[in-house]
Amino acid sequence: MTAATLGLAGLGLLVLGASLGVVLARNLFHAVLWLALTLVGTAGLFVLLHAEFLAAVQVLLYAGGVVTIVVFAIMLTERLVGDSIRQTNRGILAGAAMAAAVFVGLAGTILRATRPAIPPVPELTTAALGRAVLTEWVLAFEVLGILLVAALLGALYLARTEE
Amino acid sequence: MLTGSLLIAAGMFAIGLFGVLTRRNAVGILLGLELMLNAVNINLVAFAHFNGAVAGWVLALFTIAITVIEVAVGLAIVIVIFRVRRTVDADHLNLLRG
Repeated sequence: MTAATLGLAGLGLLVLGASLGVVLARNLFHAVLWLALTLVGTAGLFVLLHAEFLAAVQVLLYAGGVVTIVVFAIMLTERLVGDSIRQTNRGILAGAAMAAAVFVGLAGTILRATRPAIPPVPELTTAALGRAVLTEWVLAFEVLGILLVAALLGALYLARTEE
Repeated sequence: MLTGSLLIAAGMFAIGLFGVLTRRNAVGILLGLELMLNAVNINLVAFAHFNGAVAGWVLALFTIAITVIEVAVGLAIVIVIFRVRRTVDADHLNLLRG
């Protein structure tokens, strides 16, 4: 139990530090690298919470796919000399106050919440996840497939070159 | 453990919100959105683990897929905007301002 708590604290510090890197890095390319670190750290959190399959999906889709296409977009739209360009707008104080207020509200609710005592629950398995996706959640699963195809075709159409 | 996970997720959500509110570059705003959605995933997985409810995993899986869609469409829009306006600075994209 103590080892798990220690791991959670370490991964939490890593993930939150990398998140700060994402929003504060002056060079957008560095921000994407920080995002990759955040996402891999989150996969570590998933392993700690015994969701190994989701950790694998996280690394494959997020750290692999999302980071790659974001890098492509940056290379297409940035001149990559913008190191010294100011990356934040005038609302930085208001934004910080807003984010702090949201965090205090969330943390206050989390810390005050009383959890009903739940008896030790059975360990979840990836097999259970597969069964749930294809039985109870099958409609949402199929709709998600349609959404994926439609959105990717839409993205392709939007970003096509004019002929 | 549950409280710790939820606090980490809350912190990541707030940091992502800060990024969305303060970044000037449209791609930077999308990166902030990524952080916020990722924080939601941590919450879902934590609740699934500590309540033994597989629905949390299923919803986290759906969230991951929808995030990928969101990034693909969002970046396509950013590229189109760049092609038309030669900038992705959100402060200069005021075409719809009355």
